[in-house]
Amino acid sequence: MKSRHILRDNILFGLGFALMIAALYMVFVYVPTEKETGIVQRIFYFHVPVAWVCFLAFFITFIFSILYLWKRATKWDAIAHASAEVGIIFATLVLITGPIWAKPVWGIWWTWDARLTTSLVLWLIYVAYLLVRSFATEPERGARFGAVVGIVGFIDVPVVFLTVNLWRTQHPTTMIFEGGLATPMLMTLLVCIIAFTVLYVLLTVQSANLKSMETEIKRLKSAQAEQEDIDLWRT
Amino acid sequence: MLTELRTKEVVISVLVFALLVVVIFNFAFSTRADETELVAPGILWTALTFGGVLGFNRIFAVEKENSRLEGLMLCPVDRAVVYWGKLVGSFTFILAVAVVITPVFLVLFNLPLFLPKLALIIVLAIIGFTAVGTLFSAVAINTRARDIMLPILFLPVAVPVIVAAVKATALVLAGRPWGDMSIWLQIMIAFDIIYLVVATLVFEFVVEE
Repeated sequence: MKSRHILRDNILFGLGFALMIAALYMVFVYVPTEKETGIVQRIFYFHVPVAWVCFLAFFITFIFSILYLWKRATKWDAIAHASAEVGIIFATLVLITGPIWAKPVWGIWWTWDARLTTSLVLWLIYVAYLLVRSFATEPERGARFGAVVGIVGFIDVPVVFLTVNLWRTQHPTTMIFEGGLATPMLMTLLVCIIAFTVLYVLLTVQSANLKSMETEIKRLKSAQAEQEDIDLWRT
Repeated sequence: MLTELRTKEVVISVLVFALLVVVIFNFAFSTRADETELVAPGILWTALTFGGVLGFNRIFAVEKENSRLEGLMLCPVDRAVVYWGKLVGSFTFILAVAVVITPVFLVLFNLPLFLPKLALIIVLAIIGFTAVGTLFSAVAINTRARDIMLPILFLPVAVPVIVAAVKATALVLAGRPWGDMSIWLQIMIAFDIIYLVVATLVFEFVVEE
């Protein structure tokens, strides 16, 4: 059982490493520089995959939150929690890489555009998710509260997006889907998306395992303390 | 009877707080007559949102202080009924604050007083606020640092309602017809329905022991 886990993790790690190297090569060497916006456009190959992983991570949190409330297995909660943590890191990366691109291209760091605002609100919701877990009086309660926030928060995402989209929008959207992207660029983007998705799976699996082990250790420790109490009482 | 007296005190303190928000914003923006229409909707909804958060903090406070939450949960009714009871209570509470604060606000900013459309917007927005606020209030009350936990949970989720309410209010104050604001009303109605249903479903997981 354990050795199978290690094998799986090693395969994931090796695959992720190879894909990351390939992605770096494609972004910095293979793909041609975009004509209009110049070299800064290359950040797009990080920005888009990271944004995709961020939504994927929060979706996984949503699914496993429902599973946890339904089945009450700690492992589902560990996955939901781990995925939210990784998602927050990627959401932060989205919010950092976005302005780096926006400054030279739009001339401004930030604008209250639909996607930007939604990402920021998303980030805030999942920071609240992590906070409510750490502020809960007991871990089991934290898991339940986290699951509730994970569900309610994720449902909010499309509503926020729709609302802010009606409010104002400026983000480039149609490029990818209308075939406006040259083949080498599309290839690079795809490799980057796969590489980052593998990285996400790797991080989430590791983090979820760690959390399960932590819970197990806590359980063993309290069982041991209880046993010592009984022994003490007997003598 | 005592509980009711306390509620009245809380309504009044939230009212005073909301009024203070309006006054502070007036200084912060030093509003002139020609700018009023631009900033006024934002000021009204900031006051109502923050006043609402203050009110939601109190929803389960009485039960928590006297350890009566367990007693409430022992009632032989569905947990959803408890949620709806609290929901109706806090809706009435926030609405009472809005009913007083809005005319005062309109007078202070020299805006027209009789605005039935604004009343509808306020009712729709407050339903959305309370649907989410009541749920998160039950979450926050069982955490450490609960006074800060509630706004952190509530405000990001309430963003769509705030945006829609501000936009619709701006259109009302500009004297525009129903058609122009229907999209914002639809968003608020959708938000209200979604969160009333979702919160009713998940509330039992929050309060179970």
